Amino acid sequence: MSNNDFSRGAIENNPAWAQLLGLCPLLAVSNSVANAVGLALASGFVLLGANTSISLLRKIIPDVARLPCFVLIIATFTTVAVMVLEAYAFDMFTRIALFVQIIVTNCMILGRAEAFASRQPVSRAVFDALGTAVGFTIALLALGTVREILGNGTVLADMDLLIGDTAANWQLTIFTSPPLPLALYPPGAFLLAGILFAAVKALTAKDDTIERPATQSEAKQ
Amino acid sequence: MTELGVILIGALLVNNFVLAQFLGLCPFMGITKSYDTAFATGLATTFVLALAAVISHLIYHGILVPLELTYLNIILFIVVIAGLVQLIQVYLHATSPVLHQLLGIYLPLITSNCAVLGVTLLAINQDLTLLQTLTFAIGAAAGFTLVMVLFGALREQLQQASIPKAFDGTPIALVSAGLMSLAFMGFQGIGS
Repeated sequence: MSNNDFSRGAIENNPAWAQLLGLCPLLAVSNSVANAVGLALASGFVLLGANTSISLLRKIIPDVARLPCFVLIIATFTTVAVMVLEAYAFDMFTRIALFVQIIVTNCMILGRAEAFASRQPVSRAVFDALGTAVGFTIALLALGTVREILGNGTVLADMDLLIGDTAANWQLTIFTSPPLPLALYPPGAFLLAGILFAAVKALTAKDDTIERPATQSEAKQ
Repeated sequence: MTELGVILIGALLVNNFVLAQFLGLCPFMGITKSYDTAFATGLATTFVLALAAVISHLIYHGILVPLELTYLNIILFIVVIAGLVQLIQVYLHATSPVLHQLLGIYLPLITSNCAVLGVTLLAINQDLTLLQTLTFAIGAAAGFTLVMVLFGALREQLQQASIPKAFDGTPIALVSAGLMSLAFMGFQGIGS
């Protein structure tokens, strides 16, 4: 059961390409792997915290006032994430500050709270949050890696801003002169995200063709 | 006066919120399927954005800074925006049924539009004065509306085009947005 909750959030209902939620941060901070990981961690923390506490409080929160309550809970966890990043990874924070602060308005988190956590026990809500967070991380990392390689010629540059000195030598240089500097700019983000989503659609379309004859024969019966 | 002009053009075109700063993409992708809805959403957002930025500015500098509670800004701003949206909805319902019918269903969505919170936070982070905040908010909202309307018209055309199957829907919308963003990069450097 919990396994289903996890994989549903991560793959089938992937917040980025299946539901188009959290597009703003996805496009904005995917200009390097380090930024992508930073935001993925912050969003994952808020998602997990919000889903868990909303699930625990689901019998106390009155139904008519549930959305304001959810938003306040999410805002609280976002504030905590901002404070932690400011305290322990300040240089990283200054690069992605605005998008950490607006995690509050990320529909992905409110969506999980409303659709899942407010109706399910804590154990399932936790797996649902983890699955959704992993799904969002996959999308962020995929776009972040491609954009960093094409736009900057490197992978994992500046990871030390996030993890500390141990990560100072992690940077891999793939191209000494970047093949497509545009990838780091806003148009590159839109174009590459479009291509990524199209690729996902093309790969998953095969499943549809297998399923479709089955549904048609069912309809005949 | 020149300074205000620079802020206005900067937020409207040079650093367009949707195409250069990636704020407000949910409505940009979600409700620009036709020209009319795009325009109505743009108008409703403009109204809320300008009011929210000014009220948040007053609360931040009038209450949070003197009490040294600035770390509460995110929580307070989201409450201001949600409350404002609710108030406008009630007010419009009572005074102008026509406008309410036109904008009604788009109003609640504005609360979760990250452009509104984004503009509010950016104005605070950049230490803008009240008049500058208002100009910045109007510029940002006008830029948002402009791009929404342009993109709404563009997507109406896209529906007639024959598109490769994998690109149908969101992917082609993202690629079109990329090309628009490329055009908007041409404004870089104005006012600097």
